[in-house]
Amino acid sequence: MDKAPITDHTNSAATNVVTQNDASDNWIDALKNQIGSGRITEQPDSDKLACIHWKVAANSWEIVAKEAHALNARWAAGWADHQLDHSGEVVIDQFSLFVLFVIRGRYVLVETQLENTQDDSLPEIASHSAFYPGASRCERHTSDMFGICFNKLDKSIDSRRWTRHQAWKEDEYPLRHGFPLEGHPRHRTPADGEYPFERIDGISVYEIPVGPIHAGVIEPGHFRFSAAGEDIIQLEQHLAYVHKGIEKLAVGRDPAALARLAGRVSGDSTVAHGWAACQAMESAAEIEIPERASALRGLLCERERVANHLGDIGAICNDVGFAFAHIQFGRLRELWQRRSQQLFKHRFMMDNVIPGGVVHDISEENATLLNSEISALIEHVSQLANILEDNASLMDRLVTTGYLSEQTARRFGALGYVARASGMDDDVRLHKPYPPYQDNPLNCPLLEQGDVASRLKIRVQEVVASLQFQRKLLRNLPEGPISMAFEAPVNTHGLGILEGWRGEIVTYVRFDHEGKIARFYPRDPSWFNWPCLQQIVKNNIVPDFPVCNKSVNGSYSGVDL
Amino acid sequence: MLRIVNTIFRTGTLSEEIAPLSDDEFEALGFEVKSALDKRFDGSLAIRSVDSGSCNGCELEVNALANPFYDLARFGVHMVASPRHADALLVTGVVSRHMQSALLRAVESTPKPKIIIAAGECACNGGEFGVSYASCGAVQNVLDVDVSIPGCPPTPTDLLRGILLAVSD
Ligand code: SF4
Repeated sequence: MDKAPITDHTNSAATNVVTQNDASDNWIDALKNQIGSGRITEQPDSDKLACIHWKVAANSWEIVAKEAHALNARWAAGWADHQLDHSGEVVIDQFSLFVLFVIRGRYVLVETQLENTQDDSLPEIASHSAFYPGASRCERHTSDMFGICFNKLDKSIDSRRWTRHQAWKEDEYPLRHGFPLEGHPRHRTPADGEYPFERIDGISVYEIPVGPIHAGVIEPGHFRFSAAGEDIIQLEQHLAYVHKGIEKLAVGRDPAALARLAGRVSGDSTVAHGWAACQAMESAAEIEIPERASALRGLLCERERVANHLGDIGAICNDVGFAFAHIQFGRLRELWQRRSQQLFKHRFMMDNVIPGGVVHDISEENATLLNSEISALIEHVSQLANILEDNASLMDRLVTTGYLSEQTARRFGALGYVARASGMDDDVRLHKPYPPYQDNPLNCPLLEQGDVASRLKIRVQEVVASLQFQRKLLRNLPEGPISMAFEAPVNTHGLGILEGWRGEIVTYVRFDHEGKIARFYPRDPSWFNWPCLQQIVKNNIVPDFPVCNKSVNGSYSGVDL
Repeated sequence: MLRIVNTIFRTGTLSEEIAPLSDDEFEALGFEVKSALDKRFDGSLAIRSVDSGSCNGCELEVNALANPFYDLARFGVHMVASPRHADALLVTGVVSRHMQSALLRAVESTPKPKIIIAAGECACNGGEFGVSYASCGAVQNVLDVDVSIPGCPPTPTDLLRGILLAVSD
């Protein structure tokens, strides 16, 4: 179990500029050698997907994870889709699995086709969760939605349902082709009272069930604490309360409608998810959007990062009773959102990213206005950050609270600020830069203490880095159009990978023979950060749960889909 | 000690900028709400907010009502932790089937007479998600709604306008 080191926070690592590490460049060759190149069929669409794409036989599925794990690769995403025949038609109840591994921006997508089952039994495949515990929930989701078994007989693999509560039956799989969108619902879907939580027995161990409706104005989900005295021994999350069927709803949509839906996967990441979906569709269509459009997307996404960090910094402080910061940062956030409303016609910039570009341009005059506002905000945030760090009673509550070691962060594949506060420097903007980050290098702060204080500080630093980046971007906005016509491609797929404010988002999109969406899978960073929270709160006192939770701030909607 | 004085000094300076920036329409609405509450609710309104299947965009705006620009509490409206303490339920999002029972239980726990407010496009008409195997769609599909506040998400001012509608005769 992780133990928090007592460190002097006033001297914590300053902004580290992370540089490309050449050693990681060869990891994919090494992986290929380890798996055995005879087992791998290289796919011709690596350029289009902007990552290596292999097919392997289903019986090599386990060795792929084993060897990738041995090379310290991160398990970035995993999802299923229907198999297609030669004419691109869906083969009923035949599935393919995809998994994405990465080391420092070098991604490899591995695909396999599940073998036919002779009888009516469910298709089976090896689980990756023994090597990558963070993969567990993704596999359980796939299992609920497609009816695919991961290591059915292995009792050490968690094969409990994840996304399914009581809205559909155990032998129904909503993402299978034959399952109707409207399903077979009952008049009143019963509460999910029978979920098999893990139990801890012992003298004076008690359980605290919390949710689905929480005390504050936040999303619903269930937390089951096992505690002894004040200390949390174990937290188990039970989510999927706001499962809205997003993956199923995407099927049959046109590109513009998918962008709208993607913008509502997680409202606080509307730009990032909208952009990731558009990036995936544009990669499928093999088009490059105008430079100015990319620059503006970058601006929108960075504005979203700043807005969310400002809100969270205040909220983290508020959770330990420091209302001052809550008010001050709340004020900065509100001003920021009002500017978004004025320039981009929406306080969260929803529906600004569309296939082929963006909706609103920015005038030179407004770019100048934003620039001066940004300079003032850097000043304000730095002043406030000094006040926070000077406040001994605040720091006393946050330093060493909610510790996540780098080792645990890596084991669960932590992303974004959660990873970067624990010494894991993953950032797509840095390691696999996409426009506009290609031309405008970014400062990427990194801290190592891994506690709530670090997750607070890293956000302050990310706000400043993001603001500096925006300033650079605004000074060199490329001329030209802000969008181009987007024609839906047919019978093809694409991948979007970018750094939202919570961390890396991976989105997979497949088009059918009419250019309609046949598969949409958005992987929010929260898939991996939620399990990290379960580790973070161990050995902390129950009253510190809110501040630990806020410092991670996972999205419920983003994983419930 | 000096630091604290310094902090208080700086704090003061920062907050002063707020007044001229606050929203006239919001202020006006707020005072209307306040006078309606004084007349009909003995001065205050307790709201329990329930997300029954939102994308979390609506929650961000409900939370914004507490920031220093809006500071909803000054008009006598406050958010409470339990439906048993609530005069009104503010429901955001579609009603996901997985939340249907929890929402209905929250409604059953709210003392009568209760006001049900559906906030946001999803809660009003299903929004992008509609009715499906996973979603009951609009709140009206599962219980009677008194006031609907459209918008995706509704702005804090929209929300206050809706609250005014809910408390006026
Ligand atoms: S109305 Fe819009 S912001 Fe609110 S929950 Fe629905 S999609 Fe999200």
